[in-house]
Amino acid sequence: MTIPDAGEPLLELRDVGKDYGSVIALDGISTTVRAGEVTCVLGDNGAGKSTLIKILSGVHRADRGRLLLDGRPADFGSPREALDAGIATVYQDLAMIPLMAIWRNFFLGAEPTRGWGPFRRFDAARAKDVTRRELSAMGIDIRDPDQPVGTLSGGERQSVAIARAVHFGARVLILDEPTSALGVKQAGVVLRYVAQARDRGVGVVLITHNPHHAYPVGDRFLVLNRGRSLGEFAKADVSRDELTRLMAGGAELDQLAHELERPST
Amino acid sequence: MAPVPAGAAGDPSTRRADERLSAVGPLRRLLVKPELGALVGAVAVFTFFAVQSEVFRSARGIANWLDPASTLGIMAVAVALLMIGGHFDLSAGVMTGTTALTVAIVAVEFEQNIWVAIGVSLVVALLLGFFNGWLVTRTGLPSFIITLGTFLMLQGLNLGLTKLLTGTVTATGLASVPGYASAEWVFASRMTILGAEVRVAVLWWVLFTAVASWVLLRTRFGNWVFATGGDEVAARNVGVPARRTAIALFMTTSTAAWFVGTTLAVRLTSVQANTGTGQELIYIVAAVIGGCLLTGGFGSAIGASLGALIFGMTQLGIPYLRWDADWFYFFLGAMLLLAVLANRLVRRYAEAARR
Repeated sequence: MTIPDAGEPLLELRDVGKDYGSVIALDGISTTVRAGEVTCVLGDNGAGKSTLIKILSGVHRADRGRLLLDGRPADFGSPREALDAGIATVYQDLAMIPLMAIWRNFFLGAEPTRGWGPFRRFDAARAKDVTRRELSAMGIDIRDPDQPVGTLSGGERQSVAIARAVHFGARVLILDEPTSALGVKQAGVVLRYVAQARDRGVGVVLITHNPHHAYPVGDRFLVLNRGRSLGEFAKADVSRDELTRLMAGGAELDQLAHELERPST
Repeated sequence: MAPVPAGAAGDPSTRRADERLSAVGPLRRLLVKPELGALVGAVAVFTFFAVQSEVFRSARGIANWLDPASTLGIMAVAVALLMIGGHFDLSAGVMTGTTALTVAIVAVEFEQNIWVAIGVSLVVALLLGFFNGWLVTRTGLPSFIITLGTFLMLQGLNLGLTKLLTGTVTATGLASVPGYASAEWVFASRMTILGAEVRVAVLWWVLFTAVASWVLLRTRFGNWVFATGGDEVAARNVGVPARRTAIALFMTTSTAAWFVGTTLAVRLTSVQANTGTGQELIYIVAAVIGGCLLTGGFGSAIGASLGALIFGMTQLGIPYLRWDADWFYFFLGAMLLLAVLANRLVRRYAEAARR
């Protein structure tokens, strides 16, 4: 895999906005995603994170602004088109079937086949082999590709989903709250795989409401509040505490801290 | 298993999970085979009857109980695929009657070659299957209720149209129709194996089971069947044509009903208008005994065939022991309950997420 010059953005948003009826869900959002970098989108509930994912992954079209892929205007009519352009999304409720084996899930919808005509069959040996190889390349040690996905932990499932997206040629990987349902240790495991994907030259968009998860792995941070951008920061320009304060709406958090304090007697 | 690279082995969290799992690995892997329960059950039922009845274990006896197992088995395999895909077809039983009646009425009343009648019957079956599948996937209503509707409609049509066209509730006279000899050879011939007369339906049953099992486990379509039944939304998210898969499964079930219906019509040369009614639940019982989950996404074609085999052995084994035939249904019900309880354990294991 060739890693493009970090100066050229893979994906760029310019003043993107989206309305649902009379509600302005998103307005004036600009950001860039570069190969081998992690762009974190931070925001509290209702900040517009999901709307942004849906625009990036082709579920919705933006009403305003422009989406540039490799510097050229792009317009995705469906998730399939975005996927074909190399933009893969790993949703919070994973697209995995708990009762099916890991290797069957890994290739679901893109099964490799061999043979001809009516004898064309699912190349199971290759699928198992590739699954094991791809997962160990990401540092995921699965015991047995035949075990059902349902027996994996939440973190392991996220990791398999990430490995799958990378294997199928994702250049931009969008992760929707990958750590939100996980314990501290499992979240750490997933963040490690996010870093692995980044190191393999993938441009990662990490959507989260947890600045403690975003800060260690992120290169740039886009903070959303009520559908608008509170600014985009490079890691050097912002500290973890500033990020937390920004997300919580700064002054609001100070007010809350004040209210919660024990009255001094 | 390929050696794990040194870098991966160093990850402490996955290492510990590995050690926790390996202690129960082999046993659990065996338990997850959906047809295991049915295999154990089939061996137990065979042993039970074979020990007590000499006729039951003779070649002629085996040929006798393979016969009801074969036609049931062909249906059970198709119904199992549909159940794995997440749907039921309550009209499957009455559809064997519809297709059998179509063969008899088109051949006798409309004086056509029997192969033309069989062709017309196939078209009817495919249309019925498509209708079921299309309605279920379009409306998103439970297939249980949709096919209950088509079941009742077909039951009425079978009786009404037969009475209208033949004046009785039986379509007869198939034996004297042109082409009957060749149709009999394909659908109802008998051959002698080890001194026992075996019906050709047994061979078709074995063939259908083998093909269904191969399709399910070794083709893309099979992967889509598991995915559609396991989680339809997730399957669609990764590009599985879930709707087309479901329609294809309904059409497979109706095609199996056509095959069984034609076999019945050619074998008996006359068809009662109520043929097949009530059989749909037996197909589902066989599929569930074979390891299919009622909730979809899990099961096996071979298991469903073993379920049909248990059914055939019990149906003839009970009279061989000179018991009252009423005990048959008690026995079948007990098997079903046992199978459902066993399947529940499997599902629990497979879905137990460790967070």
